[in-house]
Amino acid sequence: MSNNLLTVAYIAASALFILSLGGLSNQESARKGNVYGIIGMAIAFIATALSSQVTGYGLLGAMILPGAIIGAILAARVAMTSMPELVAILHSFVGLAAVLVGLANYLEPDSSLVGVEATIHEIEIFVGIFIGAITFTGSIIAFGKLRGIIGSKPLILPARHLLNIAMLVGSVWLGVQFMGTENLEGLQPLLIMTGIACVLGIHLVAAIGGADMPVVISMLNSYSGWAAAAAGFMLSNDLLIITGALVGSSGAILSYIMCEAMNRSFISVILGGFGEGAGKTSSGGSKPAGEATPTDVEEVTELLLGAKSVIIVPGYGMAAAQAQHPVSEITKFLRDRRVNVRFGIHPVAGRMPGHMNVLLAEANVPYDIVLEMDEINEDFPETDVVLVIGANDTVNPSALEDPESQIAGMPVMFVWNAANVVVMKRSLASGYAGVDNPLFYKENTQMLFGDAKQNVAAIQSKLVESAAPVITTEKVLVAS
Amino acid sequence: MTIAVDKEVETGQEPTLELKKAKTIGIPKEIYPNECRVAATPDTVKKLQKLGFEVLMESGAGEAANFLDDAYKSAGCRIVRDAKTLWGEADIVLKVRAPQMHPTLRKHEAELLRKDSTLISFIWPAQNQELLDKLAATKATVMAMDAIPRISRAQKMDALSSMANIAGYRAVIEAANNFGRFFTGQITAAGKVAPAKVMIIGAGVAGLAAIGAAKSLGAIVRAFDTRPVVKDQVESLGAEFLELDFKEDGTGQGGYAKVMSKEFIEAEMALFAQQAKEVDIIITTALIPGKKAPLLITEEMVKSMKEGSVVVDLAAEQGGNCAVTKPNEVSRYEGVTIIGLTDLPSRMAAQASQLYGSNLCHLLKDMGGSENYKVDFEDEVVRGALVLHEGKVTWPAPKPDRPAPKPAEPAKTTAAPKVAEKATKSQSKTGFLWILLAGLALVGLGIGAPPSFLSHFTVFVLACFVGWQVIWNVTPALHTPLMSVTNAISGIIILGGMLQISGLPTSATTILGAIAILVGTINISGGFLVTQRMLQMFQK
Repeated sequence: MSNNLLTVAYIAASALFILSLGGLSNQESARKGNVYGIIGMAIAFIATALSSQVTGYGLLGAMILPGAIIGAILAARVAMTSMPELVAILHSFVGLAAVLVGLANYLEPDSSLVGVEATIHEIEIFVGIFIGAITFTGSIIAFGKLRGIIGSKPLILPARHLLNIAMLVGSVWLGVQFMGTENLEGLQPLLIMTGIACVLGIHLVAAIGGADMPVVISMLNSYSGWAAAAAGFMLSNDLLIITGALVGSSGAILSYIMCEAMNRSFISVILGGFGEGAGKTSSGGSKPAGEATPTDVEEVTELLLGAKSVIIVPGYGMAAAQAQHPVSEITKFLRDRRVNVRFGIHPVAGRMPGHMNVLLAEANVPYDIVLEMDEINEDFPETDVVLVIGANDTVNPSALEDPESQIAGMPVMFVWNAANVVVMKRSLASGYAGVDNPLFYKENTQMLFGDAKQNVAAIQSKLVESAAPVITTEKVLVAS
Repeated sequence: MTIAVDKEVETGQEPTLELKKAKTIGIPKEIYPNECRVAATPDTVKKLQKLGFEVLMESGAGEAANFLDDAYKSAGCRIVRDAKTLWGEADIVLKVRAPQMHPTLRKHEAELLRKDSTLISFIWPAQNQELLDKLAATKATVMAMDAIPRISRAQKMDALSSMANIAGYRAVIEAANNFGRFFTGQITAAGKVAPAKVMIIGAGVAGLAAIGAAKSLGAIVRAFDTRPVVKDQVESLGAEFLELDFKEDGTGQGGYAKVMSKEFIEAEMALFAQQAKEVDIIITTALIPGKKAPLLITEEMVKSMKEGSVVVDLAAEQGGNCAVTKPNEVSRYEGVTIIGLTDLPSRMAAQASQLYGSNLCHLLKDMGGSENYKVDFEDEVVRGALVLHEGKVTWPAPKPDRPAPKPAEPAKTTAAPKVAEKATKSQSKTGFLWILLAGLALVGLGIGAPPSFLSHFTVFVLACFVGWQVIWNVTPALHTPLMSVTNAISGIIILGGMLQISGLPTSATTILGAIAILVGTINISGGFLVTQRMLQMFQK
């Protein structure tokens, strides 16, 4: 295949990738978008394989097939609750691939480059490997935290900021060393830098706590894009550059949205340690006045039966307890009885952007009743019952009412404006941010303690029980 | 002093702990003439049993409300023949009306009350000093449902609200019954019917219930209240909120209104006089606690109303809001029907009993049910309702100063904009800095970089901008698929590997490239397939 044809194929692939991302603007076009992405990838792959630079088809096949099969198995087996883990581990693969491509590229020097071009090429390799290595180990740590292999508490080392800066400075210094070398002598500083970047990746993500994961995942997504773009620069491959830039900016936007939703600056999330000062303030600060009102499954069932409008606000707790299926059953039951049931999703609910939407979709909740925070916040005053399932900081009124609070200014769901709020939670413990939640002590709030899945399932069976006589009388009416 | 009281509570509780017997609740038949309500229905009896109580019913107690003895029996109650045994056996007596002389036993109900037992009913302690003395003599504990504090937590126990709600609804029904026309406007084959115009004065619980009922019958509803806070509630029910040009907030304590200034009242009266000429039905619900009901509808206003109009005076018992009201009667005055009935809740006995019974259940639950039953002086609700504790007068309860709900918004909103302001200021500064840096970097690139790099750089920057524009359009609900699809396409990095595997099969470059292809492919197939799987799930 000639070079011109290859370029044209790459243009087509780039356009298809853009269409693919554009397709995600709504649910109807999303599937088509994904197909565009697949076609684009196929075109890019075939064109590259047919180009004159590629001849090792045996090896290519030997690598592609197992890779594709492993990927397919992963995709088919993964539970929707563990989507964040899958995404994290996939990020690490991109990072690893970027590191490997960079190293391979360095080991096979292109003698045609001289002067400034050669220097720039070396910088590209160096930067590409650096970003790739951070993405690689950072994603593995994120994966471990999401999986629960590694504790989700932030690891706070003494002088950790200094440590980060030292590693960064060290890498730059190694980079300078690396530039001055010839004939693969730079391999040593390059490998040392790779090691340092790996440690930096581990340290950066280890310092970030569980509920900041949406930001971390988006950030790593962004990094994996930049790593691909850097690889594109060093290979002078525009398709890689374009794709990398698309992915990089996508991740950056997601990180930005997540940071906005937590009212935190991107820098402070990356530097980690949200829980740091919280321990002191929660013990020293005044506890919200009043008493939490506990309730039981039967009362919640009665509340739901009497309600005309219900909003369910899920959080990570719902995912952790795998309660989405019984929640969906309740929704279906209530909707059949003409109750207006909707879901309110906070942007950072769950462990990755859009996590709750996917879980609810998996449980067959129609997506048109799953609304964003901004769409639903004004409707709470007209709502009879709000069910808060495993959410805490995202429904904390002190974000608005208490300017001293850690989370002051964070956008939250105004659940307390509803007539009744039922909070399903294991205990009264404070959430990730370590801030007490005055919502629990509000007079229209009732607490349903215990495992979310068991409680929701119990409510569902009670609802069905209560409905049984109604159904029979309806039948009698029809018969008569 | 509180410490001493606490001790008393403890000693009072000990014997019950030793006995460990379920507390018995007794429900006597109401003896007030024409009173149809009863303090428990078969439904609320079940709730009481669930709280651990044993329930005794006086035979025929629920008959007037259409709850027969058999229904109570099948709900698990024990039926007792006469009142005397019932009062004697019950640990807690639940009633609707305050105790009075029993017509058949010729004994005052207060005298039937056992020494260590508890009576919960309407008492009206402020108006009934004599009754209070009589009850105190029995050394029993007495709680007044009418003295439950009107705070949010106690709403479910607030019997006054429950009854007011019923009275408001029934007021509209009585008005409709005495009004010779439709409430709703209609266009019939025979001609057009104008909707009735209803004015409701006082938008408390009763007023709001009346607004809701009148509105759902199709009338045009206007409401007036001296408290501006209720405007939203009135409007949310679909009624028009009548306003004076005069500014004065009538919000008093405990959700009631206070007495207004003379000027305000004059303006208010002028408004009513004008409305009286227009509307077909006036329902008044204005009460000021501990005082005679304010006079709002004068004789002249009634005279100015159209023939066939109706006035329902819900304040008839407290002296009436209307000058010509005759309490307990439906009368006619100059062609206008004046309804001064005071037994509206009793006229809906089944409903009223159910709600009142539920209020009692909630109160008893708050007090700990049968097992942990306790008169807790620290509980604001219990303390508020407690009139007599083992014969000692504890009424009125010390008042925690609690203003009625005020529009609290200003306090909330002031904090937020300040924070935002600061943020935007610092943001604009750093934003400028960034632009400067980016500009400098571009100039540097233009001077130093070779053309081949610049062409790639152009592609890169443009792609970033395209990505930026495209991603903002992605709906937040699809952020997870977005991540997995970007994951898949970032697997494009295998192209880098592919370009490097064509050397010697044993060279480091080839091996590294091959591994890169392997992991990259996992990404591509895994990413696309899982995205497909997720998108399949999104269904309407």
